[in-house]
Amino acid sequence: MRYYTTVSALAVLFLFPLVWSGWASLEEPGNYLEMARFGEGLDTYAANSVLVSAMTVTGTLVVSALGGYAFARFDFPGKNLLFLVTLAILMVPYATILIPLYVLLGYLGLQNSLTGLSLVFVMFQLPFALYMMRNAFEAVPRELEEAALVDGCGTFRVFLRILLPAVRPGLVTVGLFAFLASWNDFFAPLILLNDGSSFTLPVAVVNMTQRTFGAVDYGMLQAGVMVTAVPCLILFVVLQRHYVRGFMSGALRG
Amino acid sequence: MTLLLTRPGDRRTSAAPPAWWRGRSAQGWLYAAPAAAVVGALFLAPLVLVAWMSLNRWPLLGPAALNAPGNYLKISDNPLFLDSVLFTLKYTAITTVLLSGLALGLALLVQERRPGVGFFRTAFFLPGAVGFAAAALLFYGMLNNDFGPVDPILQALGITDEPVKWTGTPDMALFSTIALVLWRFAGFNMLILLTGLQAIPVEVYEAARSDGANRWQIFTKITLPLLRPTIALMLILSVTGSLLAFDQFFIFTNGGPDNSTVSMVMVIYRDAFFRFDLGGAAALSVVLLVALVALNALQMRVLRRPE
Repeated sequence: MRYYTTVSALAVLFLFPLVWSGWASLEEPGNYLEMARFGEGLDTYAANSVLVSAMTVTGTLVVSALGGYAFARFDFPGKNLLFLVTLAILMVPYATILIPLYVLLGYLGLQNSLTGLSLVFVMFQLPFALYMMRNAFEAVPRELEEAALVDGCGTFRVFLRILLPAVRPGLVTVGLFAFLASWNDFFAPLILLNDGSSFTLPVAVVNMTQRTFGAVDYGMLQAGVMVTAVPCLILFVVLQRHYVRGFMSGALRG
Repeated sequence: MTLLLTRPGDRRTSAAPPAWWRGRSAQGWLYAAPAAAVVGALFLAPLVLVAWMSLNRWPLLGPAALNAPGNYLKISDNPLFLDSVLFTLKYTAITTVLLSGLALGLALLVQERRPGVGFFRTAFFLPGAVGFAAAALLFYGMLNNDFGPVDPILQALGITDEPVKWTGTPDMALFSTIALVLWRFAGFNMLILLTGLQAIPVEVYEAARSDGANRWQIFTKITLPLLRPTIALMLILSVTGSLLAFDQFFIFTNGGPDNSTVSMVMVIYRDAFFRFDLGGAAALSVVLLVALVALNALQMRVLRRPE
């Protein structure tokens, strides 16, 4: 009984802020309407966030699935070096290469661009995603594809038809991590985007605390918090198993 | 990086490759090419560029000019940065100790299968699914004296009798920020520890119990030593994450009061985008980068030392 009292009290402490924020945002129905009209409008920010997340998830899945296939099934010169350099992304603090990335994206004509931001997110996801996908492909028995290869089936067809369906759980995990990271990140869009109409949700909601017209509207702010957080909460609860598997596989630094 | 040591399914045969295997080297490169392009263009190139930028006077707008080693020399005239180093170290030390302790406690509470334990695990982790920026704004409202619920609750319980200055003094601002970080990250670290706890075979515990070991002995003599690599990983993540703190101070305390909660990354951001001095910001980035890579390497050596 003492056990359940302790864990329940802790659960209340952990859940209370979320419940309060939801309640505070709904206390006045006007909060969500106010928020929808804030700045460039909620539709703009939400569309930007959805677009960035969609591009990041797609990009990460394509690059890491092809790369994972290469690392699991092929031998080529520079293979180990490329893998090590990719993992080295984890060693280098994220915040320290965003300023050169800002300059570099300017050279590429991708400054203040949602595509540029998504490419940066794909890069940051790559160590986890590539590691995860390589292991997923390695876990598939070779017998599955060898018959097809001996029959003269091309390696790309084998990849699409036989291997991709077999590594689907790995793809879900990689996609989930890529979504959560790109949807929630604040620092990269703060630096890489400089025009209100291209802001993603976290940057837009933080802007609600800038007191341009007197006091901060706290009810509206909590509505913004909810709009940003609820999709992640739902997705996490639905895909929890896949999230935890990302941890179990040992690739903890995603 | 022990990630590299285990390679499940790596079954290499010494026999000559069959016919269909030949020419696969080029194909392998083709499949790896997108990853190589991303890593080259968006990781290696900015690494080189940040080093080059740090050697130049590099305004936000306008041409750059070589001024090495000016950007590095002027770091010592940047009192805000020097203060931020001390503050960030203090924050890192306190956060890491409290966060690890809390995460270990939570992990031990929910490690065994019991009715309802899945719910509690989810409850502890759920804040981790909320973006950090959103979490900081949530606390910004929750700890507001006029709007937030915390002051009325504390007063109703008789714990305080007037509104608390949650971000009004340097110490309270640090305390409140740490509360935010604990709420947001305890479940994440709990999950890391749980993976380690579940890798300990049940037989080890059973053997200890049949030898008459009590719970404390089992914890100190079996659980902690076997959990060492996992704890090491958690500490590395916590130290690195805390040294790079930005969102919590930028959003929640805005560096205040009186610049008392300005982290190192905040100074880099300010130098780049408010002082328009990208060269100076790049020099600070290089210093931080070298320090963190060295620290990571050191931590790994010390903490991952085999028993």
